[in-house]
Amino acid sequence: MQGGRIPRPADCAGTKVMSKKKSPLPRYLATTGLLWVMWVVLTASFAVQELAVGLLVAALAALFTWRSPRFGGSVLMMPKRFLYAMLYIPYLVKEIAKANVDVARRVLGKKLLIKPGIVKVRTRLKSPLGRLILANSITLTPGTLSVDMRDEDFFIHWINVESDDIQQASRKIVAGFEKYLEVIFG
Amino acid sequence: MQVLDVIGALLTLVGALFLFLAALGLVRMPDFYNRVQTGTKASTLGVILSLTGLGLHHPEWLPKIWLVALFVVITNPLSSHALARAVHRAGLPLAKGSIRDALRDEYGLESPALVESKVATDAETEA
Repeated sequence: MQGGRIPRPADCAGTKVMSKKKSPLPRYLATTGLLWVMWVVLTASFAVQELAVGLLVAALAALFTWRSPRFGGSVLMMPKRFLYAMLYIPYLVKEIAKANVDVARRVLGKKLLIKPGIVKVRTRLKSPLGRLILANSITLTPGTLSVDMRDEDFFIHWINVESDDIQQASRKIVAGFEKYLEVIFG
Repeated sequence: MQVLDVIGALLTLVGALFLFLAALGLVRMPDFYNRVQTGTKASTLGVILSLTGLGLHHPEWLPKIWLVALFVVITNPLSSHALARAVHRAGLPLAKGSIRDALRDEYGLESPALVESKVATDAETEA
């Protein structure tokens, strides 16, 4: 999943350090290739003109995006991480479906069954990309919405606050996703 | 072929139902934050389901459609997060009856906009 498209100061700093050690060219070419594949899938055409323009656009777009954080080859090389990344997708889909039904029930109730509030939760994840995906997953799951984050603290708007204690709220909102992301991002 | 068509139609119907619920949520919810919750996110599942249903009707569109769905899945939380964060920074208080606003507590009285929102919510809880 190419989740990391927003440049965040911390990530950019990290990649700059890395690119001093390694040549940025392979990374740039990989980004170009990926964007090109997306172009081909979207246009669904193998006409030479389409392919050429696609390559040009991909090369240009990659100039702006190749620094973005993402899964490196390392994730694919480590079977356990790869396995957990693959398991994460159905887990996320299940959570989204479950929560959608839950929110639907709240919307349809004769009296609105909501108890909203913003709670603070804490994550154990260290990697910026891991945190980004965690925040996105929390937001994707209806009923919880990441409003802000400060280092390891997330501020979550919760449509039905079950607990505003950091520990318990973290266990309810974060722990499920964290279990997978912890392995994926090490 | 027939079976695929029926499944596709059912998926699209269920997706449309979720989109309808999202719209209903926009009307029924008490404040901005709750509206973001129902309005932008119940629609994620709605969009995925109706698009997949469409894809079953036209299997040759399926790769394209899933790319669109992936795009929605990636961008949707970003936009709702950006909206909620901007609005909270601008000082919009939570609806009456909200349990607590940990983010406001965290910022304390640093920003003038948040001071106003604190006064507003305190006045509301007293009223």
